[in-house]
Amino acid sequence: MLDVPPMNPHDEEERPDFAALREKLASKQGPAYWRSLGELAETEEFREFLTKEFPRQAAPLQNGLDRRDFLKLLGASMALAGLTACARPPLPEEKIVPYVRGPAEVTPGKPLFYATAVTYGGFAEGVLAESHQGRPTKLEGNPDHPASRGATSAATQAEVLSLYDPDRSSAVRSGGQERSWDEFVDAVQAAVQALPGGQGLAVLTEHVTSPTLADQLRRLQAAFPQAAWYQWDPLHPDNEVVGMRLAFGADVRPVYDLTRADVIVSLGADFLDRGPGRLAYARDFAQRRRALTADTAMNRLYQLESSPSPTGVVADHRLALKPSDIAAAAAALASRLGVNGPAATAPSALPSAVLDAMVADLQAAGGNAVVIAGQEQPPVVHALAAAVNAALGAVGNTVTYVQSPSARPAVHAEEIAALTAAMRSGQVRTLLVLGANPVYTAPADLGFAEALRSVPFSAHVGLYYDETGRACTWHAPQAHFLETWGDARAFDGTATIQQPLILPFYGGKSHHEVLEALLGDPEATAYDVVRSYWQGRYAGDFEAFWRESVFRGTVSDTAAPAVPVSAGAVNAELPQGGDLEVALVYDSAVLDGRLANNGWLQELPRPITKLTWDNAALVSPRTAERLGVDTGRVVTITVGGRSVDAPVLVQPGQAEGALTLALGYGRTAAGSVADGVGVDAYPLRSTAVSFSAPATVSATGRRHQLVVTQEHHALEGTGEARHIVRAGTLAEYREHPDHPGFVHPVAHHEADLYPDFAYEGYKWGMVIDQTVCTGCSACVVACQAENNIPIVGKEQVARNREMHWLRVDNYYGGSIDDPTFYAQPMPCQQCEKAPCEPVCPVGATVHDSEGLNVMVYNRCVGTRYCSNNCPYKVRRFNYLQFAQLDTNATPLSLANNPDVTVRSRGVMEKCTYCTQRISKARIEAANEDRRIADFEVVTACQAACPTQAIVFGDLNLAGSVVNQFKSSPLNYTLLEELQTHPRTSYLAKVTNPNPALERSA
Amino acid sequence: MAVAARRRPLVETNRVIGPGQSFGKIDDTVLTPVLLGVQQTPRWWWIGFGISLMFLGLYLVSIVVLLTNGVGIFGNNIPVAWAMPIINFVWWIGIGHAGTLISAALLLFRQPWRTTINRFAEAMTIFAVVCAGLYPILHLGRPWVFYWLLPYPNTFGLFPQFRSPLDWDLFAISTYASVSVLFWFIGLIPDLASLRDRAPTAFQRLLYGVLCLGWTGSAKEWQRYQRAYLLLAALSFPLVLSVHSIIAMDFAVAQLPGWNNTIMPPYFVAGAVFAGFAMVLILAVPLRRAFGLEHLITMRHLDNSAKLMLATGMIVVYGYLIEIFIAWYSGVEFERYMIWNRLFGDHAIFFWALILCNFVAIQPLWFRRVRQSPLALFVISLIVSVGMWLERFVIIVVSLTKDFLPSSWGDYISTFWDWALYIGSLGLFSTLFFLFIRLLPSIATAETKETVHHYGHEKLDPMEDVREQYYAEVKA
Amino acid sequence: MPQLFPPTANTLVRWTIFGGGVFAVLLVTSLVYLARTNNNRLLVPVSQPVDFPHNTHVVDVGLDCRYCHSTVETSNTASVPSTETCMTCHSQIRTNTPQLQAVFESWETGQPIAWNRVHDLADFVYFDHSVHVNNGVGCSSCHGRVDQMRTVFKTEAMTMGWCLECHRDPATQLRPVSEVFNMEYKPPADPERQRALGEQLIAAYHIDTDRLIQCSTCHR
Repeated sequence: MLDVPPMNPHDEEERPDFAALREKLASKQGPAYWRSLGELAETEEFREFLTKEFPRQAAPLQNGLDRRDFLKLLGASMALAGLTACARPPLPEEKIVPYVRGPAEVTPGKPLFYATAVTYGGFAEGVLAESHQGRPTKLEGNPDHPASRGATSAATQAEVLSLYDPDRSSAVRSGGQERSWDEFVDAVQAAVQALPGGQGLAVLTEHVTSPTLADQLRRLQAAFPQAAWYQWDPLHPDNEVVGMRLAFGADVRPVYDLTRADVIVSLGADFLDRGPGRLAYARDFAQRRRALTADTAMNRLYQLESSPSPTGVVADHRLALKPSDIAAAAAALASRLGVNGPAATAPSALPSAVLDAMVADLQAAGGNAVVIAGQEQPPVVHALAAAVNAALGAVGNTVTYVQSPSARPAVHAEEIAALTAAMRSGQVRTLLVLGANPVYTAPADLGFAEALRSVPFSAHVGLYYDETGRACTWHAPQAHFLETWGDARAFDGTATIQQPLILPFYGGKSHHEVLEALLGDPEATAYDVVRSYWQGRYAGDFEAFWRESVFRGTVSDTAAPAVPVSAGAVNAELPQGGDLEVALVYDSAVLDGRLANNGWLQELPRPITKLTWDNAALVSPRTAERLGVDTGRVVTITVGGRSVDAPVLVQPGQAEGALTLALGYGRTAAGSVADGVGVDAYPLRSTAVSFSAPATVSATGRRHQLVVTQEHHALEGTGEARHIVRAGTLAEYREHPDHPGFVHPVAHHEADLYPDFAYEGYKWGMVIDQTVCTGCSACVVACQAENNIPIVGKEQVARNREMHWLRVDNYYGGSIDDPTFYAQPMPCQQCEKAPCEPVCPVGATVHDSEGLNVMVYNRCVGTRYCSNNCPYKVRRFNYLQFAQLDTNATPLSLANNPDVTVRSRGVMEKCTYCTQRISKARIEAANEDRRIADFEVVTACQAACPTQAIVFGDLNLAGSVVNQFKSSPLNYTLLEELQTHPRTSYLAKVTNPNPALERSA
Repeated sequence: MAVAARRRPLVETNRVIGPGQSFGKIDDTVLTPVLLGVQQTPRWWWIGFGISLMFLGLYLVSIVVLLTNGVGIFGNNIPVAWAMPIINFVWWIGIGHAGTLISAALLLFRQPWRTTINRFAEAMTIFAVVCAGLYPILHLGRPWVFYWLLPYPNTFGLFPQFRSPLDWDLFAISTYASVSVLFWFIGLIPDLASLRDRAPTAFQRLLYGVLCLGWTGSAKEWQRYQRAYLLLAALSFPLVLSVHSIIAMDFAVAQLPGWNNTIMPPYFVAGAVFAGFAMVLILAVPLRRAFGLEHLITMRHLDNSAKLMLATGMIVVYGYLIEIFIAWYSGVEFERYMIWNRLFGDHAIFFWALILCNFVAIQPLWFRRVRQSPLALFVISLIVSVGMWLERFVIIVVSLTKDFLPSSWGDYISTFWDWALYIGSLGLFSTLFFLFIRLLPSIATAETKETVHHYGHEKLDPMEDVREQYYAEVKA
Repeated sequence: MPQLFPPTANTLVRWTIFGGGVFAVLLVTSLVYLARTNNNRLLVPVSQPVDFPHNTHVVDVGLDCRYCHSTVETSNTASVPSTETCMTCHSQIRTNTPQLQAVFESWETGQPIAWNRVHDLADFVYFDHSVHVNNGVGCSSCHGRVDQMRTVFKTEAMTMGWCLECHRDPATQLRPVSEVFNMEYKPPADPERQRALGEQLIAAYHIDTDRLIQCSTCHR
């Protein structure tokens, strides 16, 4: 897939003429909503691409048949799947295999939920794992966990697939052959014993917050005084640590309370979608944002960022600044607020009017304001943000600086550098790598891989036999977090005891067990280690404490204490900028690459860009013009002598002069899904360059095709006439609280020949609040996990055959150089008068007595007429055998939800409002002879949503939350003039821009 | 031999029936080639038949690939869930229209000029319907359960949903197919009898003997035969209108801009007759040449067919204009955008090509000179057939690519298998047609003899002598 | 000219027409018959790894269905008992019966017994036992007189049409919840009385009859 098609001779003409586009938009009255540059320019690019990738002489199946794609389609069967289904084969002799000793808590047929936690960069996010007779199938957020609050991220939703990933390491390996666990233990122990006092022993871990692991490492250092422990975790907020030391001279980290924040200034922080605490922040932010009625006191968000982010989508004022300008802006802002920091003039990209307004707003809000610095920002920005917060008197109110939850606060970049130096100088004789993948992720200038060769004995324990695993002399499989006991701390320090749901599927071992083996007890299980650690920490009724902690998924009173801080002057240099700057970020789906082999995440259209199966250098239209490149053109990005070739994606809202490139791609040893997908951006990182740096860019002659689920979902600026997205300001809302002008622009008459159907029983409905929807797409993966939705691979996505039942549409408003963003999740609208229903010749899609538009897969013959007649185009069709029907063919089938039919080739499918969850609740209610209560049925998308933008419930239930939402004056339905009477409705997007800027604008 | 002998000199005539036609002569012209032995079969037939068989093979291969892999081998996607298979289906059904129109409608209207062209037109109809009828089934996601569309007693306790136009289709097409076949066969009986009587070999005697159901040609038989034929004609006449009206409703019933349009049924019917006569001419021109039928399928026939083509063609063009007008008049944003997209959008080229084929190309037919030139008619008819295919492409695909929500707009790229199945279906059609002209009389001799009896000698039109003169000069 | 066909040909033709008709009818009926009984293994006793006599356990021993099928009131599956359940009695009783060897082995080795499924619905059908038994659908209504079977067999075709017979008109089938597990239960002989009872139970159990015929009730 990576081989780049030859240069296209016509691409000069192809490049969209941005000047023309601007006029085109300027010529439109009213707010112009548009959808993507490609079609704004009406280019032939996509069609050309298809003809290039799929010449008419080649059928899609011939493209999709090499081994990798085969696996990408989860082994989509190209065999005679259909023909075998023609006949009615005699039912197979099915077996029933009961338990020998039935576990007391298990009721066959009923799922159980266990509290545990997933960690990213060492920081825990609590989850409830759904288990069907010992088989984990789905993760939900843990409402009791401070970092989850019941929500999950897209990545977390996909973890179940990683659990069963057949590409995961399943064997101890050394010298190119498989070894046993015991051999591994013996080898490691021998290697360590050979070192007096551990002289020359180095342990490299990821960011450790686990109290148990920390304790083990402490015991290790006691046993081997000369041993050294290093940490390297690409997701660890290094700059924050340095910044805090700069500002306060202490190892603290900020914890924000956005429920108190009236004014928020984000310095390049995508705090709603990235970094520790994002889910909690999203929940709190939304709480101060939601505007069901006009008298809501909305917060106001100023977003300074280089690249459009989910946080930017909900910002009131969004300013696209290249990385160095963000730092300059931070300095300017700080000095205006009386902070003694580096002298700076506000960058030209930040109009003084905006700066003035921002400063005024912050001063007015005082302690109820907060400034948040992004993880990717240099330390000085973190320090300045901290200083400003102190100056505003926000500390203790909107932000608290708590003791770092890290087992050993450290700057990982320095640690990995130190380790590499030690390896080079031959001091390291034995290296033990726990989980980390430094060969792939370490700063490029260190030359870790080559230094590793000089280490006589190196052992890697990881989920995959990855780049590092292959470079080490030994590799052992690691247990997935759903397979082992453990513990970890959340962003605020709260500890969680992780419990396994299943025995190690591929025979992996946890880090606890490995370390314990090193300490001389290879028999110790993770359970023993973790439990005994906590036993030692707790006086009193330990059993009760243990049961309570494991059951709730949090250990009470473990939150990190606040540290009194006093900010002085910030003495640090501002990063020097450049005409062109590269800004590296972790991919929103595959993160630093650790989830790269996860098909759900690879196929997830990334927020805003809608890019799938690739990463790309995002550039603004103007910058693209300047560089003379267009989407698909491969450019060479050079930073400090090291360069990377990456395809360009022209992205409106990108800061001028900034190229944003996602890390985590171009894997070479991640597995059959990830290998060779995208380009590896790590070579651009070095000890000097953490995330952003001046870069030189030159276009190559090559093109690479990027598959964007939006490029072929195009709009010729007719959005405003269609009233799809409806948005207005709080001011407008307050002028007409009952009937805001921006909500119902079209007058249409209700006329129908037939009487409405009466819904006596339940009447399900959904509301989606566009005011708080960030478009983070957690709901999309949640839906995929809940409903057994197959992935189809890059080629099929390129043919508009992606199967996501729930998609997040992305609209732009305003000019292409400074657009505003609108995220609109699109599930089935569940029309009461559904156009799809009367046209089905076999009645495979029908209305049910609760108003659901039901799709009966096993009745569907596949005429696809329903899709043609669906104005929302939310129906998806199995053009080929996408799903794996043979449950024995791949372990991935184990991730299937047993309550949802796995669809065969040739049938239509679509969002069902999670009808299986409704049925479950209905049956329980019927058995207890009662009515289903509010929030007893929670759809998968609703459960996952960090901002609770999706509300679902019974419209016949007086006082249900969904009814409250529906009664908001902001409530509207899509394409209401078609009189389809959708059950899914939307709340118009309300923003709260600064009136001062309103007037100037 | 016989055929070759009658080649020159060719004197075109404008009569319903050429001069000097006798009953025996007609039999010679029409029946003799049918009864030729395998050895005497003309080379051109073998070549044509061979090529047709090749394409038929391609057709079968495509079907196997389709059934083993699924409709994903086509270019269809979401939003464009219907594409080439449906286009071709409607295209074939359209072609299958002229047959019944000629045989039934013109019979009822007592049009003498129908007699010599109705036989092969009906055959064409049946073969076209065969090609068309297979498409909707092959196009299903799960073709092996197509019978769920039929109301039959089943273990599910379920019935098809009759609100869906697709179910109406099923009945419309199957009715049309069966009535057409019946009508065609009844018409064949007397000719089969005369084939039996002229058959040189015992096998042929037996074959045609069984097929003609023991026809003796008694007055009683003739009298009953005539009545039955008339009744069947009356029965099948409404089908001319019903079938394509119902196909049109597949689209008219949907609320998709570009489909949801009350004008669809009449405009589709007109389009069908248009396409049908185009195909009649495409077949008639070479046929009369190959078998030397110039005096049976005369200029009058070509001329009239051309006139009908022109008339129906203009109705179709009127349909295009009305669609545009309605879109503007409705004031509905979506309808207006649909038209804008159709005329100037990504696929505008197809629309303008369609105008070129279906409007511009038929204008020459206003001139008798053009209508009387077999070659010109042949070319124009080919262009029209392409045009009618483009019309369906514009209606079906272009409307689907950009509907209501811009977020879900898509594009359509056909695949190799789309074309393989289409070209294959052409192979199926021509194979059947070659077999027909070889094994059955492609002109209804019995009826033609009637025509000879009625019109053989008198002149229908005072100008005829002048014209005969004119042609003589032209040829000289 | 000579006659082509003998006079009998006419008769032949008539018979062919008639015979064709007969053949068509036969074909259709046989196809329909096949479709209805195909693969349903109706009334075919299914042998099991352990020769478990239901009749003995129910009639002679007097076990209630729920003793073994313990989750029938709470879960979608009635669940086949664990070896443990067998052992509650058979650790004491008939401890040396050859038929029970498989059970003892399973108990010792920890290897579960693989029973053969008798009633197997299609995978896209989501049948829930609990909601049926809690709303007056008796075991015997679908499974027949299991108490009289030595080796269990299917007594109903269990086609969708069969399900719908009851779902479309539950009043003809319902019985008081108290009678659900009663194998001897006899519904009122007079259909009218049964209907009256059914209507009354529908009201008492708040059964949404409208809901019963929705596709989404059984298909997900």
